Amino acid sequence: MKSSVIVFPGSNCDRDIAIALKKMNFKNQMVWHKETKLPKSDLIVLPGGFSYGDYLRSGAIAGKSLIIDEVIQAANNGCLILGICNGFQILTETGLLKGTLLRNKDLKFINKDIRVKVVNNETKFTNKYKKNEVLKINIAHNEGNFFTGGAHLKELQENNLIAFKYCDEKGNIDDQSNPNGSLENIAGIYNLKKNILGMMPHPERMVDKLISNTDGVNLFSSLLN
Amino acid sequence: MKFSVTVTLKKDVLDPQGKVVQNTLMNIGLNLRNIRQGKYFEIEIDEKDQAKARENVDQMCRKLLVNLIIEDYKIDKL
Repeated sequence: MKSSVIVFPGSNCDRDIAIALKKMNFKNQMVWHKETKLPKSDLIVLPGGFSYGDYLRSGAIAGKSLIIDEVIQAANNGCLILGICNGFQILTETGLLKGTLLRNKDLKFINKDIRVKVVNNETKFTNKYKKNEVLKINIAHNEGNFFTGGAHLKELQENNLIAFKYCDEKGNIDDQSNPNGSLENIAGIYNLKKNILGMMPHPERMVDKLISNTDGVNLFSSLLN
Repeated sequence: MKFSVTVTLKKDVLDPQGKVVQNTLMNIGLNLRNIRQGKYFEIEIDEKDQAKARENVDQMCRKLLVNLIIEDYKIDKL
């Protein structure tokens, strides 16, 4: 499977995801944001980081960069798109995903391992997970507080477009297990065609037992499945 | 021609920064009922026709400056 990781000024998880993809046997290429031609890819990743120093709004400037037109076109042609953390913020700024990510409710940057529940395991991104499986996974963000309008929330619920929800170790989804104030504890969502996934947690940080755990591995093996 | 754009969070959107500012003001003895934090831009453009100029600024707001899901904006001629 061929993947492309888009690199913006201020991306800082681009090499982490590249290492994870390589480990999982993807044929990966790094693509600088000023490129106007995207290499043929089955998967495009918008990595985490602080593109353009989070100027204006997180992801707002990256969402207007030269390569983004190609990403949008590829997405509309069914290419798989994964946006992690800042990548998720960029996806909402481009309009590929609806909703937005507000500042964390308690105004603090949060970097810790939390739990998320796999809400929908019938997608290209999650088919190797069990339904309602609880993953221990790292978050590291200042603007991860998912917010959207009532009509979109209804669309997410009715079409099973919620990928992950924040929960506790036992899988309880409530205010105590919501680290950043996200609406309905939402940690990741799909578009209607389910070829685009935006998520705040970092699966690329969970592919090696030596440094963390392997709870992120199945996301990549799902894509290869 | 010069315009100002004021961007504010919509009424229903939580403004935690505004809340902290409000609490701090109250802590130093300055009472107020409510405060909302926003952003302010000054934009100069070369267009002479005011209606056209305003339309250009409006486009800038809708395309980049404002996240229409959570923010409202107001354009004023300076």
